[in-house]
Amino acid sequence: MTTLNIALVGNPNCGKTALFNLLTGSRQKVANYAGATVERKEGWFTTPGGRRIRLLDLPGAYSLNATSPDEAVTRDVCAGTYRGEAAPDLLVCVADATNLRLHLRFVLEMRAMGRPLVLALNMIDAARRNGMEIDLPRLQAELGMVVIPTIGVRRDGARELLAELDGTPPPVPAPLPEGTDLHALVRQILSDCVTQSSPLSDRIEERLDRWVLHPVWGPVILIVLLFFMFQAVFAWAQPLMDAIDAGMGMLGQKIGMLMPDGVLRSLIVDGVIAGAGSVVTFLPQILILFAWILVLEESGYLPRAAFLLDRLMSFAGLSGRSFIPLLSSFACAVPGIMSTRTIQNPRDRLVTILIAPLMTCSARLPVYTLLIGAFIPHRNIAHFLNLQGLVLFGLYAVAIASALVVARVLRWRNADRQEATLLMELPAYRVPNPRDLALGLWERARIFLLRVGTTIVSLTVMLWGLSSFPAPPAGAQGPAIDWSFAGRIGHLMLPVFAPLGFNWQICVALIPGLAAREVAVGALATVYSLGSGTDTDQAALQLGQMLPTHWGVPTALSLLAWYVYAPQCVATLAVIRRETASWRVVAIAAGYLFALAYAASFLTYHIARMF
Amino acid sequence: MRLSDLPRGTDAIIDHVDDHAETDPVARRLRELGFVPGEPVRVVATAPLGGDPLAVRIGFTRFALRRTEADRVVIHPVKELA
Repeated sequence: MTTLNIALVGNPNCGKTALFNLLTGSRQKVANYAGATVERKEGWFTTPGGRRIRLLDLPGAYSLNATSPDEAVTRDVCAGTYRGEAAPDLLVCVADATNLRLHLRFVLEMRAMGRPLVLALNMIDAARRNGMEIDLPRLQAELGMVVIPTIGVRRDGARELLAELDGTPPPVPAPLPEGTDLHALVRQILSDCVTQSSPLSDRIEERLDRWVLHPVWGPVILIVLLFFMFQAVFAWAQPLMDAIDAGMGMLGQKIGMLMPDGVLRSLIVDGVIAGAGSVVTFLPQILILFAWILVLEESGYLPRAAFLLDRLMSFAGLSGRSFIPLLSSFACAVPGIMSTRTIQNPRDRLVTILIAPLMTCSARLPVYTLLIGAFIPHRNIAHFLNLQGLVLFGLYAVAIASALVVARVLRWRNADRQEATLLMELPAYRVPNPRDLALGLWERARIFLLRVGTTIVSLTVMLWGLSSFPAPPAGAQGPAIDWSFAGRIGHLMLPVFAPLGFNWQICVALIPGLAAREVAVGALATVYSLGSGTDTDQAALQLGQMLPTHWGVPTALSLLAWYVYAPQCVATLAVIRRETASWRVVAIAAGYLFALAYAASFLTYHIARMF
Repeated sequence: MRLSDLPRGTDAIIDHVDDHAETDPVARRLRELGFVPGEPVRVVATAPLGGDPLAVRIGFTRFALRRTEADRVVIHPVKELA
């Protein structure tokens, strides 16, 4: 039997993705549609009857009159006109049973596709809890298509749907007469098939929104949530990070003892393990942050946060929709920039992409942590404020303020007559489903680790090579690294960066730091430990204690300022290129960030030297 | 009366949606989302810092929209009966 191509379509927030996860489990592949910047999710499964299914999770759409690239992809794939996509054999339309007035209109619109169609009436359990009685046989008759109740969040919630897929394929529904008033038809169907026993105002959304969207309590709740989020990221992740750090240190030592002294041991211990270790350490932090964002997203809170923050974002010329991608950029600009796809206005989207690298991503934290720990005294101010914490907060605040200014300037430069729009659904509240959370986290962890595995480790190894070769001639004076390529490049860069207070070791570390920010810590360790001729592991551990003897405080502050604007990582530039399909935008982003970083470091260094 | 003038917590019925231009994608999208004549609507919340945007409930669905968008929706208020 050949594989059956099925596409899941439906409104945003209809529970389509939960159903997709339920059907396919972890047998999924996430990529992009050919020639578009829209995420393509595909999965595979076999029905109980042994039929192989290839399932496509199409982007959510409100209408076939596409107003965003996502909606255009959904329309074209369903119509079978998207290049490189097989026309689906069956469309499974997903509608939230608690939101039929909105979702059934799109279902009726899908009849015009001329493809076999079934309706998955999802979240049927929630509809019953809300006191809704749906007459399924009648609904089926009036819609002119097979209607199957599903519960995306329950293990056996797709049983009836699977049974349907095993049976004979459903017919192509007859198209509706030209010019049918879909809204009137939906109203008619609902009054025929649905009885609502409890009033609307009793719904949990009504009661919760009274608090969550309240002009005073709403922002209070938001601030508390964000506070706990950052608390979790920066405090609760610490024990895990320490454990991984210690583990990697031990691994390096073990392998170091097993292997004979020589180039290969140096490569493994100083290059691969030291490089990967300093990065894998940040996995707990990134996972906790992503878990928070996923929970906020799945629960339906994020659009409400966008509502509360819309006014604030409009000062920067953006809409509340930009909040979600920018918040994600605090973990990493790559997923943040990828999530700008939800912004429909192309200009808003471009500005959000350009300022996303200014959000302090977690890859900058290792640099911040190292420098603050080494140079800022651990002192309490006014009992509860810690000076180190205050500096860290200041770095975040400066970055956010800069982003607002940059967004403002960009908007002013590209002033057009196009109206800034918000128009966004505030979906029903949901308890996040553990399976959907786990799959989302797994996907993100995989991306992060792949980045570690490829870009960052290879860069660390490359730097190790640059720092180790050529070896100094026999009987040479001074540290070995001075003779290497890295030393020479560092010395060449020095005239450019000396006005910022950087020495040649920093310049050497900046080379891989330009490519992937978090590598800079490992690079500094490599440069200093190889240079000082002591044991590498010891030096890496003691980098924090060692740095103050090499640098003055103005240099450290200058480097911190540099990293606020941090010349972006290759991955960020690559994703900007992918999302905008324009090298010009990449050049603008790289250029303005470099200019800001240089100016900020220059000012910081020279002001700090006055004290 | 327009949706942007409707006080919070007051019920109203949608009369129609105005186009602000020859082809107004915002107006079209509003109609697709259910802002159609005869539909009951209510402002459930207004945002901090100046009451823009609005959160409205229409049917089973809640939407956030800016005042400039809500300006397109012409409504007539409902008299409280009984």
